[in-house]
Amino acid sequence: MMKATTAISVSGLTKSFGQTRALDGLDLRVGTGEVHGFLGPNGAGKSTTIRVLLGLLRSDRGAASVLGADPWQDAVALHRRLAYVPGDVELWPNLTGGEAIDLLAKLRGGLDRRRRDELIERFALDPAKKGRTYSKGNRQKVAIVAALASDAELLLLDEPTAGLDPLMEVVFQDVIGEARAAGKTVLLSSHILAQVEKLCDRVSIVRLGQVVQSGTLRELRHLTRTTVEAETASPVTGLDTLDGVHDVRVEGEDGLRVRFAVDGPHLDAAVRRLTDFGVRGLTSHPPTLEELMLRHYGDAPPSTTDGVGGTPGPARKASGGTDGPQDASHDTTGTTGTDRGDDTLGASR
Amino acid sequence: MTAAATAKAPAGAPGRTTGPRADALAGTAVLVRFNLRRDRVRTSVWIAALLLGTLGTLSSLQSSYDTAAKRASAADSLDSPAGLALSGPAHYLNDYTYGAMLGHQLISFLGVLIALMSVLMVTRHTRTEEETGRAELLRATVVGRHAHLTAALLTAGLANLVLGLLTALGLGASGAAGVGWHGSLLFGAVYAATGIVFAAIAAVTVQFSQYSRGASGMALAALGAAFALRAVGDAGSGALSWLSPIGWGQRTYVYVDNRWWPLLLSCALAAAATALAYALSVRRDVGAGLRATRPGSPVASAGLLQPVGFALRLHLGMLIGFGTGLLLLGAMYGSVLSEVEKMIEDVAEVQESLEELGGASITESFASSVMTLLGVVAALYAVLAALRPQSEETAGRAEPLLATGLSRDRWLGSHLTVALAGGLGVLLLGGLGFGLAGAATTGDGELVVELTGAAMAYAPAVWFVVGVAVVLYGWLPRATVLSWVLPGYAFVVGYLGQLLGFADWLRDLSPLGHVPMLPAAELEWTPLVVLTLLAGALVACGLAGFRRRDLETK
Repeated sequence: MMKATTAISVSGLTKSFGQTRALDGLDLRVGTGEVHGFLGPNGAGKSTTIRVLLGLLRSDRGAASVLGADPWQDAVALHRRLAYVPGDVELWPNLTGGEAIDLLAKLRGGLDRRRRDELIERFALDPAKKGRTYSKGNRQKVAIVAALASDAELLLLDEPTAGLDPLMEVVFQDVIGEARAAGKTVLLSSHILAQVEKLCDRVSIVRLGQVVQSGTLRELRHLTRTTVEAETASPVTGLDTLDGVHDVRVEGEDGLRVRFAVDGPHLDAAVRRLTDFGVRGLTSHPPTLEELMLRHYGDAPPSTTDGVGGTPGPARKASGGTDGPQDASHDTTGTTGTDRGDDTLGASR
Repeated sequence: MTAAATAKAPAGAPGRTTGPRADALAGTAVLVRFNLRRDRVRTSVWIAALLLGTLGTLSSLQSSYDTAAKRASAADSLDSPAGLALSGPAHYLNDYTYGAMLGHQLISFLGVLIALMSVLMVTRHTRTEEETGRAELLRATVVGRHAHLTAALLTAGLANLVLGLLTALGLGASGAAGVGWHGSLLFGAVYAATGIVFAAIAAVTVQFSQYSRGASGMALAALGAAFALRAVGDAGSGALSWLSPIGWGQRTYVYVDNRWWPLLLSCALAAAATALAYALSVRRDVGAGLRATRPGSPVASAGLLQPVGFALRLHLGMLIGFGTGLLLLGAMYGSVLSEVEKMIEDVAEVQESLEELGGASITESFASSVMTLLGVVAALYAVLAALRPQSEETAGRAEPLLATGLSRDRWLGSHLTVALAGGLGVLLLGGLGFGLAGAATTGDGELVVELTGAAMAYAPAVWFVVGVAVVLYGWLPRATVLSWVLPGYAFVVGYLGQLLGFADWLRDLSPLGHVPMLPAAELEWTPLVVLTLLAGALVACGLAGFRRRDLETK
C-alpha cells in the first residue's frame, strides 16, 4: 500500500465568529512525514485552523482533509490517529497529572506504559500532583506527554511549549526530532522562532486568517533581502541608485563602512558595485526568521516593493543610527552570516 | 473610614505611611466600587425581583383574601404540620392579617432566595476571584490582605440593606390593612439580616474550599439546614426553629408582635462568622484552601479510564453533597411524623380536613408536601449536573478529550448518564431518609418502602429537567441559564402555590406538577411514562444539537 504524500490539505478555509472573521480563505498543505511550522501573530487564526482540523469547529467554507479524511465527519476515527497539544492546557483540578495522561492516552486508543514513564522521566514531571497545583509549564508537560505516549501518526501542536523552561524546551525538541525520525507528521504552531528554525522542514506564515507565505526556510529567505555590510578602501557612492537596494547607511567617521539590504535577484549587481571601491571586509547574512516574521507581523499588508521588507526590526535600525561605531566593531568580530542569524533568533526569545 | 482613606493608594502615592490595620484594608473602597460596577445588572435584577415578589405577594393576598372570613379560613388551612412546615410558626395564625400572612409565609420563602443571592455574591467576589487568578493580579497592587473579603462583605451588606430599605418603604407605603410602618421597617430589617447572616457564613466557607463551587455548596448546605430546621421546628414543637437564622426572622412576629430582639441573634451570628472568616483567612495562602492538597495516584484506575467512570469522578462531590443533603432533609421531616400523627388525634377539626383531602390522611398530605420539596431539590441537582459538561467546555477541559477517540455523543452521554442516574439516586436517598426516620418515630416499618417509592415517582420529572437543560446546551449554549427556570418555577408553584392556592393550570406548567402527589394521591403511571419518554426525546435532541455545533473554545 502506498502511503499518501499529503497529511493535511486545506484550501479556501473560512470561519467567522459573529462579526469577526478568524479564517479568510486559508490554504495549507503539510506533507506526510514533515515537520511543518505554523507561524503568525496572536489572533492570526492558527488555533482556529487547528481546531477546524480537529473537527472541534466547523468551517463556514472551504475544504479540509486530514490524513485523507474529513475532520468534521470522521472526527472520532481521525482522532485515533492523531494527538493534540493545546497552547493553554486546562486540567481537572481533582485529578492528578498521571491520571489525566492515562485518560487522554487511553481515550486516544491506547497507552504505551513504558513510553509514558520514560517521557514523564525525561520531562521531570511529578504525576502524583493534582491538576490544580501544577504550574503552567507543568500543565503543558502533561498534555505533551499524553500526546507523545500514544502512537499517533500526526501531531497537532498549538504552541506546545508555552511556559516550559529552556531545559524542557531542549527535551521537547529532542522528542519532536525522534517523532520525525519515526516518520510522524507534525504541525507545530509556535512563536519560538529558534524552535521552528531548528525543527521545521517547511513553514507557513499566517496573517489575518490567510497564509501569506509558505515554503522551506531556504525558499522564504530567497524571496527576501540579504543584509550586506562592507568595509571599503574609499567611500561607496551610488549604491542607492541600484535596483533592489534598500536602506543604505554609511557608517563610521571616515565613511568607509556601509550597510544595506538587497533583494535576492539584485545581490550580484550590488556586490559588483562594491568591488569598485576596494572591498576590505564583507559580511552578508540571509534574513533571519525573525526578520521574515516582522515583515508579515506588521499592520501594513506585505509587499516587496514598498520598503517594508527592508525593515529588519526597529531595534536594529535604532542601533545603527545612534551607536554606529560600536555596532560596526561588533560586526568586525567576524561572526558569519548564518551564525549571527541564529544569535538574533536566540535573543528574540 | 480607614478603607476610604487608603482607597486612593493604588492610583496615588504607594509610599504613604499607614498603620498595619489600614494596610490590610488598602484598596477596599476601590474594590467595593468595582464589585458594584461588575454586579450592577445582576444585583439590580435580584433586588427588583425580590422586591416585586414581596409587593406582588401582598397585592395577591389582598385580592385573594379580601374578607376576614377568607383570611380566617386561610389560617385554618395552614394550621397543620404540612402547612406550618411550608410557611412558619403557628403564632401568626391567631390574627391572620395581611401583615401576619407576609411574615408567616414570605420570610422563609424569600429568605432562602435572599440568602442565595448573598452567598453567590460573596463567593463570586472572593473565592471565584482567587480561583481564576484575578485576585492575585489585584493583590499584587496596593490591595490589602483583607481587602477582598471586606469588599465582598460590604458589597453584599450594601445590597441587603438596599433591599431591606426598599422593602420597608414599599410595604409601608402600601397602606394595606395590618401592614403598618413599624412592622414594615422590621420586615425590611428581617430581609437584610437574613441576607447578611448568610453572606457572613459564605465568608467562612470560602476560606475552607479551594473551589468556588465547593465554597458556595457548603454555604448553601448551611442554608438548606437552616430552612429544614425551621420547617421541622415549626411543624413540631418549635425548638429546632431557634437554631435557624430564618427561624429567628420569623420569630420577630413581624406585624403581630413586632419584636426586634430575635434579630440580635442574627447580628451576633453574622459578627461571629465574620470574625471567624478573618481569622481563618490569615491562616491560608492566596488561592489555597485551609487544607493542603494531598498528592493523588500517579496512574489512573481502570474505572477512571471509562468515560462514565471519569464523568462520575467529576460529579462525585456534587452527588455526595446533594445525596447527604436530601438524606438529612428527608430524615428531619421524617422525625416529626409522629408529632404529625399526634396532632390528628388532638385536633377535632382534622376530621373535616380529612374529607376535604379526599380520603388522604394528614400524615399522607404532609408527606406529599415534603415529596414536592424533595423533588424541587432533586431538580436543582438535575440542572447543576446536566450543565456540568458546559463548565467543562468553557473551562477548556472538554477540548483535549474531544480531540481523542472519544465522540461527542459519548462524552456528553457519559455526563448525562451520571446526571440521570444521580437524579434518581438523590431522590431515593431523600425518600429513604424520610421513610427511615418516619418509621423510627412512628414504629410503622412500611413507611420506608412507601415513602422511598413516593420520592422516586419524581424521577421522570427530574429527568425531564435534565432533558430541557441538555436541549439548551446542545442548541443554545448561551441560554442554558434558562434551565434554572424549571426548578425555580417548581419551587414557586409547589410552595407558594400550596399556600396561595394557585390555579391548576399554573401547576401543570411545571413538570413536577404532573407527578402524582404520593402517598396522598393514587399512583398514576401515565404521566410518569409520558415524562420519561419526553425526557428521552429531549436528551436525544440535545445530543443532536451538540453534535452539530462548534465547541466553545477559549
